[in-house]
Amino acid sequence: MARSAVSLTLVGVTAVLGLLLIGPLAAVIWRADQGLTALDIEAVRFTLWQAALSASLSVALAVPLARALYRRRFYGRGAIISLLGAPFLLPAIVAVLALLSVFGRVGLLAQGAAMLGLTLPSIYGAMGVILAHVFLNMPFAVRLLLLGWQSIPSERFRLAQSLGFGPPALFLHIELPMLRLVAPGAVMAIFMICLSSFAVALTLGGGPRATTVELSIYQALRFDFNLGAAAALGLLQSTLCLAALGLAALLPMQHGFGIGLDRALALGPPKGWRAYADFAGIFCATVFLLLPLGVLFYTGLSGIGSLPWVIWPAAARSVGVALCAAFLACFAALILAKASLRYGRFYEGVAMLPLATSSLVLGTGLFLIIHPFFSPARAALSVTILTNGFLSLPFAFRILLPDLRRLYADYGHQMTLYDLGPWAAFRFVIWPRMRPAIGFALGVTAAISMGDLGVITLFANADGTTLPMMIARLLGAYKMQEAASAALLLVLLSFGLFWLFDSREGKDA
Amino acid sequence: MLKVENLRLEQSDFSLDATFSANAGERLAILGPSGAGKSSLLAALGGFLAPTSGRILWEGQDLTNLPPAKRPISFLFQDQNLFAHLSVEDNLWLALSAGKGRKTPEQQEKILAALEPMGLSAYGARRPGSLSGGQAARAALAMVLLRARPILLLDEPFSALGPGLKQEMLALVQEVAAQTQALVLLVTHQPQDAIDFATLTLFLDQGHASYPQETGAFFAEPSAILKSYLGK
Repeated sequence: MARSAVSLTLVGVTAVLGLLLIGPLAAVIWRADQGLTALDIEAVRFTLWQAALSASLSVALAVPLARALYRRRFYGRGAIISLLGAPFLLPAIVAVLALLSVFGRVGLLAQGAAMLGLTLPSIYGAMGVILAHVFLNMPFAVRLLLLGWQSIPSERFRLAQSLGFGPPALFLHIELPMLRLVAPGAVMAIFMICLSSFAVALTLGGGPRATTVELSIYQALRFDFNLGAAAALGLLQSTLCLAALGLAALLPMQHGFGIGLDRALALGPPKGWRAYADFAGIFCATVFLLLPLGVLFYTGLSGIGSLPWVIWPAAARSVGVALCAAFLACFAALILAKASLRYGRFYEGVAMLPLATSSLVLGTGLFLIIHPFFSPARAALSVTILTNGFLSLPFAFRILLPDLRRLYADYGHQMTLYDLGPWAAFRFVIWPRMRPAIGFALGVTAAISMGDLGVITLFANADGTTLPMMIARLLGAYKMQEAASAALLLVLLSFGLFWLFDSREGKDA
Repeated sequence: MLKVENLRLEQSDFSLDATFSANAGERLAILGPSGAGKSSLLAALGGFLAPTSGRILWEGQDLTNLPPAKRPISFLFQDQNLFAHLSVEDNLWLALSAGKGRKTPEQQEKILAALEPMGLSAYGARRPGSLSGGQAARAALAMVLLRARPILLLDEPFSALGPGLKQEMLALVQEVAAQTQALVLLVTHQPQDAIDFATLTLFLDQGHASYPQETGAFFAEPSAILKSYLGK
């Protein structure tokens, strides 16, 4: 009985995910009755250009930084590596505000430049979009590359040492082969993130020279209410996402570098100018990441008590959306992870389905489906929950799958032998053993959902907004102080939710 | 009686054939080199591997297509016989109840009755990680006693124990099996285990199972393959 309920749930989850991908896409295809304009072609060109440049710059800057962090040991190194994980959970709108506080028209740098009688170029436009993408994704690239460096067995470095390799030879024969394997994947992952990044383009981009396809969809739907054009652009964005996904699948799988004996790294880091360069790189990167956040924190803190009252219901809605989306994503991820262990990789593919679309495409399709029947604003929060849960599913799945696989390798036979039903298996084995992973997955998906500024922009009216959208509105009205305080509130809530799930579950387990 | 009729297991680069029978109350050692298919044979008997062909019968009942939990079988694996996050008592309760409902006083009595002969009465609240290797092995045996199935499959469960403790555990298994008149199948690659423990011995070599022989005779007149395995 319970097992058939699980099978039904699996079928249900798979069907809902399939429908969520195919339904909006079908609606978009059905309504895409307009040709592309010259502006749309320009949006495609800009989207691809900014994504490629953002990804290449992020990884290019990450290489020396990851290398420096790998080979240097110093007080605070662990804290810097942890800090590099934070931008992944940082809402894009907050990153934008933080950057504006330093690089904006009245930011720290502009004030300094004004004292010297200089004028800095505007952050708005292509430069700002790329700066924000590098700010958000370079730390992610550093973490990926750092893992690559750590995967090189220390025996290789010992061998290099015994052969008398200097730093150039070491780079050429040991580090470069690793980079050839890891860097393309990192570039591709960041390219895909930037391809559908909407909040950054909405706040820093715009105008004919810095409009992405996602932003064009938003403009067609919200400003022009041109459903045909929005659908055509949605179809275009889906094609770009699918092409990028196909390209990513063509990348060679990482083969690793053989198994080492986990010996400690024997090679001393190079001294002299290389040491200065390493520490200078680490210092610059830390300042680049911390200074904007520090200024935002400082600016926002003073006004957090006097935020307009409408912020608080929006914050409550955001927390509610984040919690529901996180539970939905983790529930589906757990069901699909178990199914992929039992039935094979088909279900891994199902869990990765959301990568084939974007928030705005999904939103456009759902808008087209809902619009003939009732006002989309009425469904704003439920659609946001559904899409946020859907889009964060791959993260939850990737977090949960390895632990679930290990759990079944260790105890699967025992659970089968005792005939544990699904509920008993969850209650007595899966939950107690996977609490840290489930907590982490809930924390990550809640934080991602909390900061999301995507589909809600298409659906919400003035009353039913979330906190990120409220911040975008304050930003649009140039209420920078209020926007900074609301952004600080958003950061506190996002990281608070993450901490709540991650640390509670981690400690108790 | 357990009857294994023309059992064939085929995997990508490996196949196994076995035909044998053994009676309740007997102790059968499955001996052979690493990779010969000993654990695969046991997994097929336990229902964890589906055979390509052949039948497994117990007292005339066809077990071949039954799921593991429906077979009259208890299984001790090489490791992870106890859930590390549960107390010994909770482990035993889960084995007894499949996690259904709450622990009843009758179940608690049964659990204590299974722990007592293992010398673990005072250890029921402990988690497996705080037990010694011997105590953990005895807790796993208590679970077997509690489940009271007529066939007990042992897949080298004591291989991590020292020789003295291993002997002690095998003696305890013998005792439990005698109490319940269970048929015990023990997978091992140590000839001494077979000599000390088993009434019958079956030799597996490259996926081919010999017919079980009385253990004394098996070692007294070793076949050419066994001689080669023993290094004689």
